[in-house]
Amino acid sequence: MTALINIRNLTIGFPKGHEANVVVRGLDLTIHRGESVALVGESGSGKSVTARSLVGLTGQGASVTADVFDIDGENALNFHERKWRQLRGSKIGFVLQDALVSLDPLRRISQQVSDALGNGGLFSRRDIHDESLTLLNSVGIPNPVQRLPQYPHQLSGGLRQRALIATAIAREPALVIADEPTTALDATVQKQILDLLAERKRAGNTLLLISHDLAIVSRLADRVLVMRNGEVVEEGPTAEILSAPSHPYTRQLLDAIPSATSRGYRLAPDLGSVVSSSPAENPAVIGQVERLKVLLPAKSIDPKRKMLRVEHLSKHYGSGAAASLVVNDVSFDLSAGEALGIVGESGSGKTTVARIVLGLVKPDAGKVSIDGQPWSELSEGQRRAHRAGVQLIAQDALSSFDPRYTVERIVGESLDSVAVFGAERRRRVLEVLDSVRLGPAYLNRHPRDLSGGQRQRVAIARAFAPRPKLLVADEPVSALDVSIQAQVLDLLAELQAASGTSLLFISHDLGVVHHLTDRVVVMKEGRIVETGNVDSVFSAPRHSYTQSLLEAIPSIA
Amino acid sequence: MDVENVTALHQAPIASLQGRFSSIRTTLLSQILGRIGSGIIVLWAAITLSFISLHVAPGDIVSLLIGEQIRTPAIEAAIRAEWGLDEPLIKQYLSYLWRVLHGDFGRSYVLQTDVATLVLSQIWPTLKLTGAALVVAVVFAVVSAVATAGLRWPRRIAGGMELVLVSTPSFWLGIVLLFVFSFTLKLFPVAGDRNFAALVLPALSLGLSLGAVIGQVLREGLERALEEPFALTVRSWGANALTLRLRHGLRHAALPAVTLTGWLIGNLLSGAVITEQVFGRPGLGKITVDAVLGKDLPVVLAVAILSAFIYVVLSTLVDTLYLLLDPRLRART
Repeated sequence: MTALINIRNLTIGFPKGHEANVVVRGLDLTIHRGESVALVGESGSGKSVTARSLVGLTGQGASVTADVFDIDGENALNFHERKWRQLRGSKIGFVLQDALVSLDPLRRISQQVSDALGNGGLFSRRDIHDESLTLLNSVGIPNPVQRLPQYPHQLSGGLRQRALIATAIAREPALVIADEPTTALDATVQKQILDLLAERKRAGNTLLLISHDLAIVSRLADRVLVMRNGEVVEEGPTAEILSAPSHPYTRQLLDAIPSATSRGYRLAPDLGSVVSSSPAENPAVIGQVERLKVLLPAKSIDPKRKMLRVEHLSKHYGSGAAASLVVNDVSFDLSAGEALGIVGESGSGKTTVARIVLGLVKPDAGKVSIDGQPWSELSEGQRRAHRAGVQLIAQDALSSFDPRYTVERIVGESLDSVAVFGAERRRRVLEVLDSVRLGPAYLNRHPRDLSGGQRQRVAIARAFAPRPKLLVADEPVSALDVSIQAQVLDLLAELQAASGTSLLFISHDLGVVHHLTDRVVVMKEGRIVETGNVDSVFSAPRHSYTQSLLEAIPSIA
Repeated sequence: MDVENVTALHQAPIASLQGRFSSIRTTLLSQILGRIGSGIIVLWAAITLSFISLHVAPGDIVSLLIGEQIRTPAIEAAIRAEWGLDEPLIKQYLSYLWRVLHGDFGRSYVLQTDVATLVLSQIWPTLKLTGAALVVAVVFAVVSAVATAGLRWPRRIAGGMELVLVSTPSFWLGIVLLFVFSFTLKLFPVAGDRNFAALVLPALSLGLSLGAVIGQVLREGLERALEEPFALTVRSWGANALTLRLRHGLRHAALPAVTLTGWLIGNLLSGAVITEQVFGRPGLGKITVDAVLGKDLPVVLAVAILSAFIYVVLSTLVDTLYLLLDPRLRART
């Protein structure tokens, strides 16, 4: 039997000025019916473009060439737009990440499902309704009758992603492409979606999975292609590749996954003080394929000095019947030099706690003190003098920068509050930039010219510049690829240990928290359900919620 | 997939969603009622303002109301009785409010006729003209935006054409249209309001520049929507480019365009005054100009209040349309 997808020597380029910018080079891809194949790599590796070329949606101006490009026995190289349209949805279905933006926010689920059914007037209204119900049922959406008239924003993240999958499988395509299908989802929701995809795989459906997350890949794929800079560096059965990678880059990707076992060690090779401009070319190919066990510098924690003390914090939003208690009697403390993780799903109140700690939101009840001094009771005027001591690293670095500022000004601005100006300021800016491995060449860059990882490193430099006592990091790595995340986590750990700053680290990713922090607070619906040493909480969770969170983490089998 | 199992997993979120879902309809209604309420306040303010302007204007009220008519004791007595000028001010105000609410705008002493009848007889041609101009504008904008969005050369050509239309004064466009289609080609009548054909050229000259402005905004919105991730999803279902634009993109693009249209309709009303003159059409424009020139204050006040009324109705409609277009706005309470 011929393969469903048979591609030899695929090259995809985009015009960039006068020369072509080649994003995929000499790629071979074969997918047989019933097989589950994964393309793995960091952003910019060409995996998404490759997937899009299978449905003829590489974008305007892209040049796609190949020696062989067969889809279900037909040569797709000379497909016209009309032929591609017939193929999309009926032969190949496509699931993108984050259904909140990947479904039309202004159309009801019922309309979108019937759009996807694309019947061309063949079915009656009644048939479409029945067919839609069956579809929503098959992706595990409970109460589909009630869901159909709703809009995407009215569904929870998990249901939304299921609805998106329903539209992709509406016409029973032979192949479903899932491009980062669980990115931006909470761990438990991610698990549900992975279960759904695994269920389909067991039923004999063919899947092409695009992901940067090797743990997800290990759950779903039979075969893995590891991509880097547009080329496949390694290919083989999933179990083999993940247990005994032969290419250093695959090893590097595996090492980059933060977990219990990576605690205390570096996740990525050191970036070195001099950094090239392109992040993709950055992590140098290392000689050995063995796991690098490079220790991170040791922290010195002073348990007697409480840098942050939070006592019986409560906060509600809204009023009357719509009022909801987002933070409910939360207490914890953080010693000097210690790292404390707050984990919980979206809506658990962890970000509100962070805002209260930063003094941006006033609590209804309870108080926050910093280094033994009152903090939350102060007026903003009194607090301002001490603001330099508490710094923030946000999830989206780009939107936390003034787009017109240069890197020097962005980092230097945080020194206003500690009155460091002139030559002294420049010296300090260079020093902190160097500590995040950004050389003097970056001083005059603007945020938009930086890659995601570089932006987050600038944000870290800015936070450390005024030598804060306390650093609040709110999901600082959740928008980053595994390998970039590894670099950022390494820097954060290194700087925290070197400076002795206390770190309050908020994340929905338990692996990251286990890797980086010393103690952990588990939050659910505004309350703390469990707290303690990170190793003991994660190895022997006492609360059922912590257990369900831990079970939801996909791990490499 | 085990549906039972999944149901159990989702019990909690469903309960909260059910509550939210049932409240959406009532939120929509209350939001619309809120808009109407604020519209009524604006109208009340307009009426009050016209009353105040009458009383703070220099000169005595009787001569203001008479305008250029000759002042006789009989007319003066009639005016005093009609406006209740011997009553206390508050009572005058309340009875004025009462009369306006009942559609009684008093008497024009210049034209020797009832203002309400006069205005009502002239409002229909104006509404016809502005309505037709609006249709021209919307059709032009939608066609131009949908046909050219995201396409390199077509969008440049359409954009250039729109720039010319926006910068052309509507009366000049009207004269050019008259010259070409009425005098030279003799396709449409030169003046008047006898039939549908007489409406075509005035509507074009008034509507095209408006359509050009809306078209620009619509095209930009459409291009933005086509860049969104959901556009990729829709194309992956096998939808063709036109379906994507009409069914998905246009609605997103309509959000900013609708707001703009609401604002511009105000311009359309004042533009109608000039267009009516150029094409010799009857309508509010003509009586307004005559009333201002003849210092016929009752008519001017009536037109002012009527304009405020039309504006309030339209902006309420636009706001409501906005809520209907974007379900996300309804959920916010």
